[in-house]
Amino acid sequence: MVTPDSQVEVMASTATPIKLGVKNLSIKYGQEAALDNISLDIHEHEIFGIIGPANAGKTSFLKAINRMDLFNPEMQVDGLIEFSGHDISKVRNVYGLRSRIGVVFPLPVGLPLSVYDNVALAPRLSGENNKAELNVIVERCLRRAALWDEVKDRLDSLGSLLSGGQQQRLTIARALSQEPELLMLDEFSIAVDPVTTMRIEDVLKELKQEMTIILVTNLVQQARRLADRTAFFLDGKCLDIGITEDLFTGEVSDPRTRDYVEGRFG
Amino acid sequence: MNKQHSQPPRAVDFDRLNRAWYIDKAVQLLVFVGGISAVIFIIGIFVFITKEGLGFIIGDFSFTEFFFSQNWRPTSEKQTTYGILALIAGTASVTGLAMLIAIPFSLGTAIYIAEFATGKTREYLKITVELLAAIPSVVWGFIGLTMMNPLIIDLFDVPVGLSVLNAGIILGLMAAPIMTSIAEDALKAVPDRYREAAEALGATRWQVIFKVVLPAAKNGLLGAVLLGVGRGFGETMAVLMATGHSINIPGSIFDSVRALTATIAAELGETAVGSQHYQALFTIGISLFVITFIINLIADLIIRDVRKG
Ligand SMILES: Nc1ncnc2c1ncn2[C@@H]1O[C@H](COP(=O)(O)OP(=O)(O)OP(=O)(O)O)[C@@H](O)[C@H]1O
Ligand SMILES: [Mg+2]
Repeated sequence: MVTPDSQVEVMASTATPIKLGVKNLSIKYGQEAALDNISLDIHEHEIFGIIGPANAGKTSFLKAINRMDLFNPEMQVDGLIEFSGHDISKVRNVYGLRSRIGVVFPLPVGLPLSVYDNVALAPRLSGENNKAELNVIVERCLRRAALWDEVKDRLDSLGSLLSGGQQQRLTIARALSQEPELLMLDEFSIAVDPVTTMRIEDVLKELKQEMTIILVTNLVQQARRLADRTAFFLDGKCLDIGITEDLFTGEVSDPRTRDYVEGRFG
Repeated sequence: MNKQHSQPPRAVDFDRLNRAWYIDKAVQLLVFVGGISAVIFIIGIFVFITKEGLGFIIGDFSFTEFFFSQNWRPTSEKQTTYGILALIAGTASVTGLAMLIAIPFSLGTAIYIAEFATGKTREYLKITVELLAAIPSVVWGFIGLTMMNPLIIDLFDVPVGLSVLNAGIILGLMAAPIMTSIAEDALKAVPDRYREAAEALGATRWQVIFKVVLPAAKNGLLGAVLLGVGRGFGETMAVLMATGHSINIPGSIFDSVRALTATIAAELGETAVGSQHYQALFTIGISLFVITFIINLIADLIIRDVRKG
């Protein structure tokens, strides 16, 4: 995996089509660079992990994919991002793009709507008004986010009043309600207890059949448990990328990668 | 997983412009037109006022006389002079005093309502403040004329009670309720997690307010003060009644003064349209406009500076 044309790489890229192609991506906020010339491919139906210390540019990477630079004049994105082969900077209907990508941000945001309406929001936005259909979607998404049992009797209470960890799972359920082709999770387990985290991790392993997942995490062991391949970001650069297990036990292209995953950093 | 019994919401093709997209664009256009028309109205008013005052400005206008002479004698038999220095001093002194009174009052009330009062007390206070804000300015002028006037004469042993002090107090009381309302909104808009984070550090309630809440609400609070200042400059009726309406550069708060706005209100009806006096009054209007603009500009710069720092 050290050299790009190694056996596994070739196999992976021929076996499954590329969901997200990123070439020479750089991100700046004003004068300050957050991401510097990143190139990588994410395959369909894989869990792609991104690890790296604070300030590495992980969140910025996700923001660029979701075109969040559009409403932030400070944020400047250069390079090519292709979603299912479409250059996202040339997309005409950016809302359509976003409705195919689910994002879970690190801080839980239960919208000030009922639990039910939180999850039903995205389907309704895209025109689903059939009550029975919505019920099915809401229950399925809440179950997948391991929240159903806790809220099934209080679907009418405000989502913003749930506990922190519950709001986090509500956020995940909401992201799933879009039936996204690409699910991006940014430190999703930050406010979730370990048992629930494990349950969600199991769901993610199943979801992989249906969608592509990008998993940004500060827990290297979580990446190791879940991610098929993992990239290591440091100070806006991608130092390593490859089969996850290789970062831990195989050959790495930058010694700092090994230092980081083994917790010997800085 | 069990995908069969539920049709997934159809993903929107991102190269197809759907109904939501068009609605979004239409609303954006509508909002843009709304914003632009506000600007156009302002420019239109400015152009109108400028046009009316133009003859004076390009004709007999002497910049130094207009701004630096304290003689406003538009109807003098011998020689008419148009100097607004005394009027500016009148407006500025009354507004300044009014703010000295209104800022502490309204900030204090706002902090009490937003941070300390609870339940019923809070509701009653808010309603009272809103009621106060609804008192018409001519009523305030009336209070100044008939109640404050004798009170000031008695209390301070001065010959007249219609003065900077009288108008300043009246204007301060007038501006305070609306300033309170806006300031309270600004404080309420500060998220509770800021307070909780500071409280967790052992900060006292006052420390939380002073170190965290007030800085976070700074822009809104400055907005409240600006609104008060604007009210002071623009207020006409109450000021006309409570200042004594005599041309003076005040030496003390017990002197009578005359305000820019009151001058326009009192004299415009008696002047012939297009006459020099008429145009001079419009030039006062332009000056008011420019002064307000400069105040807003300064406030804007302050806010930006604060943001950077
Ligand atoms: N909205 C923004 N405006 C200006 N600068 C920003 C903004 N968002 C991020 N940055 C800057 O971009 C750089 C990378 O930030 P980013 O959030 O992508 O890091 P990260 O890898 O997600 O870190 P963490 O692990 O702490 O979440 C930082 O230096 C940050 O200051
Ligand atoms: Mg981040």
